[in-house]
Amino acid sequence: MNPSTVRDLPGSGRVAVVTSVASDAHTWNLVFLQLLLEELGFEVVNLGACVPERLVVEECLANRPDIVVVSSVNGHGHQDGLRLIEHVRAVGELADLPVVIGGKLGVAGVEDGHAAELLAAGFTMVVEDGAGTAPLTEFLESLPQRALR
Amino acid sequence: MSGGFAEFVRRARARGSLVVQPRMGFGETHAMRDGLAATKAANATTVGTLTLDSYTRVGDFEAAREALDRGNALNGYPIVTHGAQVTRELLDGIRAPGFPVQVRHGSARPVPIFRSLIESGIEATEGGPVSYCLPYGRVPLAESVSNWVRCSQLLAGLRDEGLEPHLETFGGCMMGQLCPPSQLVAISVLEALFFCRYGVRSVSVSYAQQTDPAQDVEAVFALRRLCSELLSGISWHVVIYTYMGVYPKTAHGAYALLAGAAELAAWTGSERLIVKTIAEAHRIPTVAENVTALEYAGVVSAASNRLPAPDGDTQTYLEARALIEAVLNLDANVGRGLLRAFRHGYLDIPYCLHPDNQGRTRSYIDESGRLAWAEIGNLPIGHLVEPAGAGALTSTGLLAALSHVQRKFDGDPGAVRGRLGVQPHISLS
Repeated sequence: MNPSTVRDLPGSGRVAVVTSVASDAHTWNLVFLQLLLEELGFEVVNLGACVPERLVVEECLANRPDIVVVSSVNGHGHQDGLRLIEHVRAVGELADLPVVIGGKLGVAGVEDGHAAELLAAGFTMVVEDGAGTAPLTEFLESLPQRALR
Repeated sequence: MSGGFAEFVRRARARGSLVVQPRMGFGETHAMRDGLAATKAANATTVGTLTLDSYTRVGDFEAAREALDRGNALNGYPIVTHGAQVTRELLDGIRAPGFPVQVRHGSARPVPIFRSLIESGIEATEGGPVSYCLPYGRVPLAESVSNWVRCSQLLAGLRDEGLEPHLETFGGCMMGQLCPPSQLVAISVLEALFFCRYGVRSVSVSYAQQTDPAQDVEAVFALRRLCSELLSGISWHVVIYTYMGVYPKTAHGAYALLAGAAELAAWTGSERLIVKTIAEAHRIPTVAENVTALEYAGVVSAASNRLPAPDGDTQTYLEARALIEAVLNLDANVGRGLLRAFRHGYLDIPYCLHPDNQGRTRSYIDESGRLAWAEIGNLPIGHLVEPAGAGALTSTGLLAALSHVQRKFDGDPGAVRGRLGVQPHISLS
């Protein structure tokens, strides 16, 4: 890979926090997202399984990521996600941080109203199960360029 | 001493029979009893299982109580919530010298579970300080180690009551898939040494079927050799787990993979096998599906012959021995040795995100279908391994690797007929 393509990657020089929600012990989904984000040039802080809301907030304040990617596949992602975004948005410094959630978010598959409720609660984007990785990568490409640090 | 679980396995071995066992748990006692009775009546050499529910695993006994009160289905048997009296009644007339029962749980905080099973008169269970901690959740490894010290001691106390307590390592499974076999073997042996350090004298060491049959055979023979070398004076046997990763969706694929696990057990002289069913990819299996799987595995293993152990030191043996020796050299106490090993990266599970795992190793499935190291981080096997490099597995490659076994077995309808010339249902007659 030559230097110009590295610079052209949407994530180059940026930091992403990847996390599950409080009740979800699954991690292969998080490993996949880490590899995907690394391939797009992001430096990834992966918080792993069963992450309490306050730990997500602490890690965001410590790492100042460009984006947070929340993934959940145990069916509790909707309920736990609402609690998580409430904690994140309650912190002034994190009010505008892009936070994306995706996976199997309800117990009965893709359900009406989940996405709208999560968006209304403060998520920047909701990726429903079965949508693939295109919505996330397109969103990452649309992120504004980060100022040099 | 009354031998119980381990003695039953030893006698089956002497007769040349593989002991087959389900994973099975129901919230209601009558369903649990029916499941145990069907396992006992199966046309195979079986032992019974009480698989516990996930509320009990994480110590949320209130949630288990509430589910029982409301009649909500649990995904296992809530042994702590039911209590010892109910469990004793459940086992009465079912459990016998010819049908021992083991508790399977998955907890990093298992003290209440151990108290309950001991009070219920059960002397066999499983787990481990590393294997029930790192792959799941965020319980600190140090806390898990101290919990498992206490549990090993509690269980060992049953020796005073004339029982022979038996503890199985879950270390041969780490993450279910994509951990190279040498580290599975090493952790299984280290957890067995840990149990013995705290008074347990009868153990089984696990190994979960991976991607390549020849590599699995090499790994199980390495496991057996290391146990003979390191577990002197201890009664031990090997338990094989049928594939623990993403499972085939088709019936032919599911049975072919199960047959592969039964052959692995027979070829390596392993004593016990935990089966999987055709429902694995879809839902919790029924009792009847479990019985079919038990009987099929028994038939396949009986038709397979033991292979001779390999001559000399295999690659898997050398890597596993190097890992074990590095840990044992860190501290005279194996529990502290395990903690220091993960801190130094002498043990490091690929793709495990637990905060106490360094996360500097990576693995991949090579072109021949074997599990291999892409990066070894700080593992003390640099003199034995030429890692392929970080680019060996991409995000797309990870998805392909996770479903490698599923695709291989679902795609080959001839795989079942290729064995024994029988279909699984024939073994039911």
